Amino acid sequence: MPGEALIEVADLRRTFVVHERRGLLRRESRTVHAVDGVSFSIEAGEAVGYIGPNGAGKSTTIKMLTGILVPTSGRLRVAGVDPSARRRELALKIGVVFGQRTGLWWDLPLRDSFELLRRIYRVPLQTYERNLATFVALLKLEPLLGQPVRTLSLGQRMRGDIAAALLHDPAILYLDEPTIGLDVHSKQRLRAFLGELNTERGTTILLTTHDLVDIEKVCSRVMVIDRGRLVFDGGFDALHRVGGATRTVVVDLVDVADPVQVPGATVTRVEGTRQWLSLPADASTGPVVAALAARYAIADLSVTEPAIEDVLPLLYADP
Amino acid sequence: MGDALRGYRIIAGSWIRASLTYRASFVTLTLTSVLITFLDFAIILVMFSHLTAFGGFSLSSIAVIYGMSGFSLGMADLLLGNTELVGRRVRDGSLDSMLVRPVPTLVQLAADHFALRRMGRVVQAVGVLGWGVATAGIGWTPARVAVLAGALVTGSVIFCSIFVMGGAFQVFAGDASEVANAFTYGGNTLGQYPFTIYPADLVKALTFILPMAFINWYPALYVLGRPDPFGFPEWLQWASPVVTAGFVVVAGCSWRAAIRRYRSTGS
Repeated sequence: MPGEALIEVADLRRTFVVHERRGLLRRESRTVHAVDGVSFSIEAGEAVGYIGPNGAGKSTTIKMLTGILVPTSGRLRVAGVDPSARRRELALKIGVVFGQRTGLWWDLPLRDSFELLRRIYRVPLQTYERNLATFVALLKLEPLLGQPVRTLSLGQRMRGDIAAALLHDPAILYLDEPTIGLDVHSKQRLRAFLGELNTERGTTILLTTHDLVDIEKVCSRVMVIDRGRLVFDGGFDALHRVGGATRTVVVDLVDVADPVQVPGATVTRVEGTRQWLSLPADASTGPVVAALAARYAIADLSVTEPAIEDVLPLLYADP
Repeated sequence: MGDALRGYRIIAGSWIRASLTYRASFVTLTLTSVLITFLDFAIILVMFSHLTAFGGFSLSSIAVIYGMSGFSLGMADLLLGNTELVGRRVRDGSLDSMLVRPVPTLVQLAADHFALRRMGRVVQAVGVLGWGVATAGIGWTPARVAVLAGALVTGSVIFCSIFVMGGAFQVFAGDASEVANAFTYGGNTLGQYPFTIYPADLVKALTFILPMAFINWYPALYVLGRPDPFGFPEWLQWASPVVTAGFVVVAGCSWRAAIRRYRSTGS
């Protein structure tokens, strides 16, 4: 359809019936709304982070977008097709990396896994060799190619998995918790690689993570899901300013003074000549700073954005 | 279909190459497999050192019956036997990875870890069957040749269908590979002997309810030129292709249903 985004999701729902044992013979079933009316669209070339607490519905959404799970209801189009109905056709256009398991063949050497994928995806030899050379260099896979996948460390395996997911030039790369369990250095390398992939190759990225730094470094847009519903969808910077969050202005006065009186901000702490002022994150700091400068002699001043870690819980309903 | 076969060939080929890297181990495993299945037939040989006929059938005739069933199960096991690992793949999440590749999931399950050493059972069955047909004094007609050849194909397809149904059940129920085994290996054990040793009700059940008698029993009766010992109509001896088609349809539908209802694991 012309004008349609690469990923179109409208009122997507998925329920699971969970059986619970109550006593020896009694069993109760309960319906869980894992994804409960989610709508969004992602344009080609975007890099989107998908976050939320455990069990919020992140993986369930990704599994529906890849065709693994059939939605209970709602409209879903990825690269113009309905994922679960045309799973194999879609497979040629997407790459999927699950952080907690491998898409490689456990007992085959990495090189054989890649070669097998080339033939399964019918990647032209030239494209394959060019991509392989690129990813082997960027992900430093050269010394690992001859090793069976089961002998690789978690970080090595993850790099192998990412290369494997990209050999067929997919338009979309899904990553489910790609940095989980990786050391700091591996995480940094992976983020740099994903950022480059998005900006230079234009690959659309959708990643779920618990690590906000992943999103800060890789994504320009964040979607937050809680209990199956989207509670935020916007730029990473805007996430700092969601409802209830506060910015802090730290001001060093020339002389010790009583708490300053400025409209739109309240003093939360005083320590010698230094004072902390709190103001709503969606308010502008300009007038506050101007008012301060007009009334007091200022030695130094700085503004701190609210930490995302502190903002996110404000989005989540109480458990 | 062409895509499926191509995918199977590519994946199985990879595993064959990988297994041939360790040639000595491959040869040992294959020989062991032939030896173990030979011992299986040896039990029947031992029995015949005390008897001249069993259930009204000579040793040569039993070799035909045994060989047809063994060949069918052997081929199915070689081609689709790995589908019994699907329960484990559901639990460890590797089925998810298969679902996002452009090759039918069933093909990937079957071809993954393809083990050529499973040829052992087929080789043994061909040996026993060959000896049986050579010594049973069969009056060969084109129709008998066709029924024998056809039964080897339809028997294999029936066992393949049972593997697929067992796999579908595992996706659905999480595990229970034993359920499928009861029908595959259990069915083969039943089918190794002339059905005349079983109660008539069991044979009726294996004809009309769970039609596994069409794997080898009815075609074997035709090939051996024997009237049906239970007095069932003769056309049953020709019905294997129709029954096989039924098995394929039921297996295909259960597999599709299982994948559509697949819930994946937690994360």
